[in-house]
Amino acid sequence: MEKTLTSRLFGPKAWAALAAFSAVTLILVPILNLLVPEGSALHLSTYWVTLIGKIMCYAIVALAMDLVWGYTGILSLGHGIFFALGGYGMGMYLMRAIGREGNYQSDLPDFMVFLNWKELPWYWQGTEHFLWAMLLVVVVPGLLAFIFGYFAFRSRIKGVYFSIITQAMTYAAMLLFFRNETGFGGNNGFTDFKRILGFHITAPETRIVLFGLTATALIGFLLLGRYIVSSKLGRVLAAIRDAESRVMFSGYNPLPYKLFIWTVSAVICAIAGALYVPQVGIINPGEMSPANSIEIAIWTAVGGRGTLIGPLIGAGLINGVKSYFTVAFPEYWLYFLGLIFILVTLWLPRGVVGQIQTYFSKQEKRA
Amino acid sequence: MTFMRPTFLALLTLVVCVVSPASFAKPAPELVLQLATGDNDAKVAALYAIAGSADPEALPILEALRDDTLKSLGGKQAIIYDGETAIDAVTGAKLAKVPDELEDVVSNNRVTNALEGALAALDLISPDKALRLAAVKKLQDSANPAILPLLDKALAVETDPQTITLLRLTQAAAQLQHPDKATRLAAIETLGASGEPNAKQLLAALLEKDGANYKEADESVRVAAQQGINSINSHLKLGETLGGLFTGLSLGSILLLAALGLAITYGLMGVINMAHGELIMIGAYAAYAVQNVIRAHAPGLFEYYPLIAIPVAFMVSALVGVLMERLVIRFLYGRPLETLLATWGISLMLIQAVRSLFGAQNVMVENPAWLSGGIQVMGNLILPYNRLAIIAFAVLVVLGMGLILTRTRLGLFVRAVTQNRQMASCVGVATPRVDTVAFALGSGIAGLAGCALSQVGNVGPDLGQGYIIDSFMVVVLGGVGQLAGTVYAALGLGVLNKLLEGFAGAVLAKIAVLVFIIIFIQKRPQGLFAVKGRFVEQ
Repeated sequence: MEKTLTSRLFGPKAWAALAAFSAVTLILVPILNLLVPEGSALHLSTYWVTLIGKIMCYAIVALAMDLVWGYTGILSLGHGIFFALGGYGMGMYLMRAIGREGNYQSDLPDFMVFLNWKELPWYWQGTEHFLWAMLLVVVVPGLLAFIFGYFAFRSRIKGVYFSIITQAMTYAAMLLFFRNETGFGGNNGFTDFKRILGFHITAPETRIVLFGLTATALIGFLLLGRYIVSSKLGRVLAAIRDAESRVMFSGYNPLPYKLFIWTVSAVICAIAGALYVPQVGIINPGEMSPANSIEIAIWTAVGGRGTLIGPLIGAGLINGVKSYFTVAFPEYWLYFLGLIFILVTLWLPRGVVGQIQTYFSKQEKRA
Repeated sequence: MTFMRPTFLALLTLVVCVVSPASFAKPAPELVLQLATGDNDAKVAALYAIAGSADPEALPILEALRDDTLKSLGGKQAIIYDGETAIDAVTGAKLAKVPDELEDVVSNNRVTNALEGALAALDLISPDKALRLAAVKKLQDSANPAILPLLDKALAVETDPQTITLLRLTQAAAQLQHPDKATRLAAIETLGASGEPNAKQLLAALLEKDGANYKEADESVRVAAQQGINSINSHLKLGETLGGLFTGLSLGSILLLAALGLAITYGLMGVINMAHGELIMIGAYAAYAVQNVIRAHAPGLFEYYPLIAIPVAFMVSALVGVLMERLVIRFLYGRPLETLLATWGISLMLIQAVRSLFGAQNVMVENPAWLSGGIQVMGNLILPYNRLAIIAFAVLVVLGMGLILTRTRLGLFVRAVTQNRQMASCVGVATPRVDTVAFALGSGIAGLAGCALSQVGNVGPDLGQGYIIDSFMVVVLGGVGQLAGTVYAALGLGVLNKLLEGFAGAVLAKIAVLVFIIIFIQKRPQGLFAVKGRFVEQ
């Protein structure tokens, strides 16, 4: 396992692929979008920049999912909550950055004026500062994951039980955020953002910067993930996944290991959410729906669990197909997605990347 | 009280003055003639007189006036003409030939009101129990000291307990303005003991100030009224609590039906069936389909369609369950997380399939007559028949499942496989077959749940999604593979949910329950009723 991980997908070819990916996203895409004139065949429209940026955010989430599910065997059906909380953190800043440009020309966000609130709730204090909002993006989901994980792992809730409870958690949070009284815009969530750090949020330059940041985050988290799973800690995680009782019998307490990877994964998810919101321009409680969270699992499964690269490919594949299908044949998308769930679990348990790995290692043995 | 019509009251006053046992006689011919041929004033006067005589035989004539079948013949004769035969309203004799020149009797608003009052007053002594009840309900809204003698008279001959109660209350309401203080106090006591929300309003009116003075001048009467209000309040509070318990029980029985099938499939095979909610949804749609087929082809059976829908829903969901088990789940035994994902995929496809077949909108499932309405237990507590039926149905399903599990060969096998799959297989139990049958049973019960749900809620493609998390919570809380645990957990969660809803609102109650479950799992990871035994996972 260890060998295939580092030598195959992070062998020379993988490093080359990573370098190529960085070059494309950080150099080629900005040039094609900003410098190539609009009429040209080589011009990359802002639509595509946004779409790819969005999919890269999903890829980061799938990567975070791989760390807990693929490497530690914890299937979370509630990762959507961390993604959404990160998004809401960023959204709070963006709402405050609208200033008096909203429909009601008030210092308060429009939805609060609409609800006839007179002042900001305490948890909104300070969100006009970008850095404080970014701190919230990381700390709130991280803390939630830590507390939830501590109690869940301490009483050794695992397997399907854990999955169901995480699903209940995100479901409860969704219900909470749907309420207007919660103070996060209810059904509609946050939208109509105007600017970020003084730049217009819809300007092509801003979009390219956000795109570049997302790509950098993706590459950074991939390397972080690689560092974690190939460390000693990563080996304990894999051992927990394969036989938790034996890990305990060998004198390890799985709690800190699980808690660490679970919290890291949640924070990664939250950062992806924070990058997602300014690009897509909206955040609402729908992101916390159980269906969204379970879809994250299928991205990871399609690409291949426990491969790091696989989930990125899986997220790209499914979301690429999704954005085509939902426009071309909207009524068949659920059939297709459902079929993917079934076929991948039945015939592609190791995912696309896992399958390729198996193929190559067979070739090697033959040679 | 605000709807009191002056004429109506005047009429009632009149009734009271005229009614006496001796006056029970056939309406005088001139009154009938006046009704048909007189001007509006004459008609109102005639109505007062007829109502005053409280003569049941005047009823057909009043009804004829109401139904516009009372005609005037040349201003000299009153004829009841129903389109076929003509009868002389005064003599009751049938006319040989329908006269050509019949004129309609035109009534204005005043006459209509007087007519209504007269009909109600006549109804109060009608031989028909239901009519008397309706009449007293009508009078209740316009309780007034003037109608007291009429009420006394009606009370003297009334035998139906429900009508008597209402008459007493109306009497008490009317006595609130009685000049005699003792009568007023007695009336307040009667109203206070009734527990009716209406009575509370009447008593509260006594405490209101009319300018500088209280409407009720006497201090001690006001104190008694306040006591009466307090007693009604505590009565209402009791009704509210009981109502909360009942809706909790009802929600619990729905949760129980939804979770019971899951308890089998999860308890037995460790299969997390995320499509369980969709099996419920399919059961509900089966009930919808049965309803439509019966309405189209055998309308006479419509009253009984839920009974026909029960086996159909069971069969359809069980069939889908068998297909799922044979085609997908079978290959994923021992890999619960993968099963979870695959069944989620199935659920997506089932939702879309139902959308394609029946449309994305909710469909209408109607209650038959015997499931609509409810029993009025207290002023503010009504037990709807459909909810009662679901509670009874849940009890039957639990009993049926208990019998299958403990008294049949299949149940023996199912329990054996649940306890120890390898050992059961070793002694010759065909475990794959048991799996299929048990899965079909669990799915069929989901179908039954759907059939029951179709009678209380909306039926739409997303129906199942709302139940999946709740039913998993029930199974997790109750402990895996435990029928009793599932029952207690479902009822407990249902009641807890509804009671919390009273304090905190629906959403916060739901969140509180989820948090409670998460904390509970900390303490007892195996659920309420853990299977006792010594084993270690893996």
